[in-house]
Amino acid sequence: MARLDTSSHFEAPDEFYAGLIAAQDGLSDEACLAFCARLILLLANHVGDREVLDEALAIARAGADQN
Amino acid sequence: MFQDRYDLAFRLYPYARAADQDAPTPVRHPVVVVGGGPIGLAMALDLGRQGVPVVVLDDHEGIGQGSRAICFAKRTLEIADRYGCGGPMRDKGVVWNLGKVFRDDRKVYEFNLLPEDGHRNPAFINLQQPYFEKFLFEQIQAEQAAGAPIQVRGRNRVEAITPAEDHVTLDIETPDGPYRLQADWLIACDGASSPLRSMMGLDFEGRVFKDSFLIADIRMTDSTFPTERWFWFEPWFKSGASTLLHKQPDDIWRVDFQIGWDVDRAEELKETNIRARLDAMLGPEVDYELVWSSIYTFQCRRMRNFRHGRVIFAGDSAHQVSPFGARGANSGMQDVDNLGWKLGLVLSGQAPDRLLDSYNEERTHGADENIRHSTRSTDFITPKTRVSQIFRDAVLDLAEEYEFARPIVNSGRLSVPCTYDGLSLNGPDALPGGPSRSRPGSACPDAPLGGGYLLDRLGGGFTLMTLDAEAPEAVTEDGVTASRLALSAADDPTGALAARYLGTAASGVYLVRPDQHVAARWDRYDETAVRAALRTACAKD
Repeated sequence: MARLDTSSHFEAPDEFYAGLIAAQDGLSDEACLAFCARLILLLANHVGDREVLDEALAIARAGADQN
Repeated sequence: MFQDRYDLAFRLYPYARAADQDAPTPVRHPVVVVGGGPIGLAMALDLGRQGVPVVVLDDHEGIGQGSRAICFAKRTLEIADRYGCGGPMRDKGVVWNLGKVFRDDRKVYEFNLLPEDGHRNPAFINLQQPYFEKFLFEQIQAEQAAGAPIQVRGRNRVEAITPAEDHVTLDIETPDGPYRLQADWLIACDGASSPLRSMMGLDFEGRVFKDSFLIADIRMTDSTFPTERWFWFEPWFKSGASTLLHKQPDDIWRVDFQIGWDVDRAEELKETNIRARLDAMLGPEVDYELVWSSIYTFQCRRMRNFRHGRVIFAGDSAHQVSPFGARGANSGMQDVDNLGWKLGLVLSGQAPDRLLDSYNEERTHGADENIRHSTRSTDFITPKTRVSQIFRDAVLDLAEEYEFARPIVNSGRLSVPCTYDGLSLNGPDALPGGPSRSRPGSACPDAPLGGGYLLDRLGGGFTLMTLDAEAPEAVTEDGVTASRLALSAADDPTGALAARYLGTAASGVYLVRPDQHVAARWDRYDETAVRAALRTACAKD
């Protein structure tokens, strides 16, 4: 049973995306990876639910395996 | 002919010619244990105390030098208490509960291992392995004096074994030349590089970790470090990628530096080089004596099966883990605890041979749990890839400021007893409202009891523990007896006994195995159910 909510939740998707890009502005690739890792950990903890996280991991991984 | 592999800390069992060496045909013994390390000695104690004759063979004459294992867990001390030698270990050992984790020069996390009262034993003691072995051996001597049929033979090296259907023949080398023995059961406690395992051509599969660690044990009398486990990731003093500092008895401190995979061992072990790392950490003004040092690499692996007919493997010979988590010697002690009573029942004909298959089932389950924890700790401490390093560092970054990240920090998940969930000796869990921690398969949690402790009243044989419930004084099913221990929640005014065994239930009946693990539990005594559970716990059904 799918529990990861993949419907759209952003009130202003362009604002979020611009913010995501701006937050990494000027960072080296290394610093950017560290930024992404911290972001993933913060959000993953906010979600908390193991099944939801496992599903997100599987979808993200499927994307990598297709490329 | 006898080239020592190591120097002795204590010469305890000098070679003495045994009558078996003059026998015209090989003498047969019920149990021969190979290896006089902590696990072999504990095995001999467990069996000897049951009255099972046991012969221990060791290729040295005592206990090797070097502190090696230092962290002995609560469950190990509980087992030692059952064998009668927990007291000297507690008295000599350094008790600690608090661990602190640092990064660079900042504390990121601390943990308290036993924030709960009402246990005889602390979460851990630190004690040099030679002392631990010596206390076991002294208990063997005390048991021998009381008539226990235990023999320990020094400079008896097993050269070959010939397993048969119902026994094993051993070819043994001694300073007086070779002789042969036969054993109904052979217990291989001969360590991670087990010669017996090699002689039998058996597998030992797992992962090798590409990092090395330099251990230095130093004597430091004017130290200001507290009795805590301190672990640094990327320490400011740059003496290793990680560093561990831990106190032992006799003013000895264990320091453990992670120094990388491609190192020149001889160079790193030179005293000047070890001192350079220590001086950077402790400061040039601190005075210390270098007592022992070693470099180790490690692997997480186990044998597929711990039982091969009449040969049974226990301790490091069967499984090996990284030292993070103190799951080596401590899991070996749980092996012995598990195997002892089963072998006793099989030898006396009170249980079928297949009870010993449950040793394999339960202890491979334990080994897998230990390997899983140990592997995860190791992956955190020594990340394998650039990206896993980035995530590891991100966890440490966040842990300094945010509480959620601290439980992810893994500098070793310390040994707790294995619960045999869902395995074949377990009977029913028929105690509605009963606490999860004492469900079938669990090691019984300790509790205060009338000036003493509950665990002193459990173990050795099967126990029918009743809490505010009626039951007969003993139940004997097919030759195996469970003796009643009648308790009441009121016996412990602190409420710990009720909290740990009743939960929200008003009464409870527990069938407890000789190794103090819960076999089954109910809310009241039911003779048919108890008899069935007793059969199940002895692998009779």
